[in-house]
Amino acid sequence: MDAILLQTLNGLDKGSAYAMIALGLTLIFGTLGVVNFAHGALFMIGAFCAVTMQRLFSISFETLDPTQTDFLGNPLKVKTPYVESWFGPEMGASIIDWSVPLAIVFSIPIMLFVGYAMERGLIKHFYKRPHADQILVTFGLAIVMQELIKHYYGANPIPTSAPDAFKGSFDFGTMLGFDPNVIIYPYWRLVYFAFSAIVIGAVFAFLRFTTFGMVVRAGMADRETVGLLGINIDKRFTIMFGIAAAVAGLAGVMYAPINSPNYHMGMDFLVLSFVVVVVGGMGSLPGAVLAGFMLGILESFASMNWIKDIIPGIDQIIIYLVAILILLTRPRGLMGRKGVMED
Amino acid sequence: MLGLDKKDMKFLLIVTFLTLATPILLQPFPEGSGLAQFNAGYPDLMQRFAIFGIFAIGFNILFGLTGYLSFGHAAFLGVGSYSAVWMFKLLSMNVLPGLVLAVIMSGLFALVIGYVSLRRSGIYFSILTLAFAQMSYNLAYSVLTPITNGETGLQVTLNDPRILGQQVSASGNVPGTHFFGIEMGAAQKIAIGSWEFTFSAGYYFCAIIAIIAFYLSLRIFRSPFGLMLRAIKSNQQRLNYTGLNARPYTLAAFVISGMYAGLAGGLLASMDPLAGAERMQWTASGEVVLMTILGGVGTMMGPVLGAGVIKYMENIFSKINDQVLHQWFGWLPDSLESIVIWAAEHFVGSGWHMTSGVLFMIVVIFLPGGLVEGGQRIKSYFKNRRGGDSDDPEHHPKQAPHVAE
Repeated sequence: MDAILLQTLNGLDKGSAYAMIALGLTLIFGTLGVVNFAHGALFMIGAFCAVTMQRLFSISFETLDPTQTDFLGNPLKVKTPYVESWFGPEMGASIIDWSVPLAIVFSIPIMLFVGYAMERGLIKHFYKRPHADQILVTFGLAIVMQELIKHYYGANPIPTSAPDAFKGSFDFGTMLGFDPNVIIYPYWRLVYFAFSAIVIGAVFAFLRFTTFGMVVRAGMADRETVGLLGINIDKRFTIMFGIAAAVAGLAGVMYAPINSPNYHMGMDFLVLSFVVVVVGGMGSLPGAVLAGFMLGILESFASMNWIKDIIPGIDQIIIYLVAILILLTRPRGLMGRKGVMED
Repeated sequence: MLGLDKKDMKFLLIVTFLTLATPILLQPFPEGSGLAQFNAGYPDLMQRFAIFGIFAIGFNILFGLTGYLSFGHAAFLGVGSYSAVWMFKLLSMNVLPGLVLAVIMSGLFALVIGYVSLRRSGIYFSILTLAFAQMSYNLAYSVLTPITNGETGLQVTLNDPRILGQQVSASGNVPGTHFFGIEMGAAQKIAIGSWEFTFSAGYYFCAIIAIIAFYLSLRIFRSPFGLMLRAIKSNQQRLNYTGLNARPYTLAAFVISGMYAGLAGGLLASMDPLAGAERMQWTASGEVVLMTILGGVGTMMGPVLGAGVIKYMENIFSKINDQVLHQWFGWLPDSLESIVIWAAEHFVGSGWHMTSGVLFMIVVIFLPGGLVEGGQRIKSYFKNRRGGDSDDPEHHPKQAPHVAE
């Protein structure tokens, strides 16, 4: 029982990332009918927003401190980050410490803008083109984004730390009445899960309870009719593209402390997220979220040692295997609607 | 002749001539001149032209004819490489058994993967093939290490049995790959004036196989089978209503193109006997898609052209560094020079992938028909300007519709 709970918890953080990326992919597909292979790159850009934020906050100036000397007897050079001199040492230190959560604020406008620019600048011209062309052009765009990041941030992963308050792990099991030291869970992963639940909930609430969301849902169901009613549906879909990009970016920002961001993390996640979308059912938002969490948890179960002893290597391929099985038995995915991508 | 009509025969002869004369044609600049770095006439690169040409020709049989976009073709390339290296380890360094096994193994692989993937079409097919390829890649890295030697890659060593050939060469090294005694590494250098041409056995071996592969694909394109594949691309539903089952045809096309990929993988291993899992990664699959698209999907010459251009640019762009850039743009005013060099730096050296990404986008956006279509457009443009009366339907007045639209 405790093992099952532990693996479920372990799967949640990856599952959250899959769910958020897949949600964005499905949003784009459901609204604009575009297959976006650059979505993983958006996730990566989000993670690098966190890196940039941490670097920006750590920009410091040097002063000579005459009271201390280095090993040569010269006055010691002391680096003081600008934020510390502006807001006082304690406040400044905690700003640096909290740079990853703060990056959320900074990344939302950036991601919205990137998404908006991408849609207006490139994807707009591809609505009438075949899906293969859409895949190819966004694939090219993903390569370009990835290489740009590689050019400016280097090829190595950049460690980005979570705030001190969330470092380390805690004994989750004792809270639920299990033996101590059975279920140890890092704080940040719990934060990540809660965060993803909030983001996903917010997107659903936005679509469900606002007029804007209602129009978008109507547009997803029948674009032409909504257009004939005199509503500028294209503009709203563009905004939805921006929101989808922002969701992917947010997923990336908060993922930075879990896995040090590197330039190819987007591609790694993209392939899996596409599998998630297909398993969930192309065009179904709840399906994407459900499949995201499900596959994340399955992956975590498959990496248990005794399962790996029975079927070696299963942890590497479980997601693909499940996807193949589902596509062959339930061609529309778990919650796919009729008539979406049937051609 | 050879089952081809006159036009195709001419075409094949031209291709054969160009392929055989490649070592001369790609060496247009004399040694030691400033432009010598643009020469591409050295064996390693020419072999890659031929090998990736084969890969792209095979991919085009699937994508160009049936329209099924596979994102997992690199898996077959990898399987081909691994099987060939295993033959070198077990049997002998003769490339023939290696190539045969590579083709058979990748064909079997393609049969299994194709049988499952071809149940779906469109983007689902792309994702299924991608999933299979990633699965093979992950397995090659982890569990299959006894077969694939994991991250190090599979290599030939001195302790391999090689029951039919020699285990150790006369000089005490691992023997080189050969084709019934013709060493693949052997090369003949001929200097004419300040030009130096390298004729390598390895290249000619690849080139002859590439010509055969090209001929086969030409036959497939012109055959009733090829026509059937085109029918699948243009309207599969109508084909189904006619009472024809499309799946055996698509599966056959998938297996054939998988075998082409396996052959290319085997040849890669024959030229340089090692195989690594990174050959199966999905970026490698993306590369062959790029080659085909760049050259022109569904055309005969396009994929070969695309493969050549990509491999050439990869080679040249990776070689250019800061110093070369400074040489080139030295004549600009200083401030302008630094701006130009700053911009160019993104695209050269290790930034080659960026160039390929940009190229990918440009081709898909502006030239969906690839280089071949670009060439035809230029040709028809000049024809129009010269002759005036053209056979271009777009520039003739449209027939008035019988019923008002």
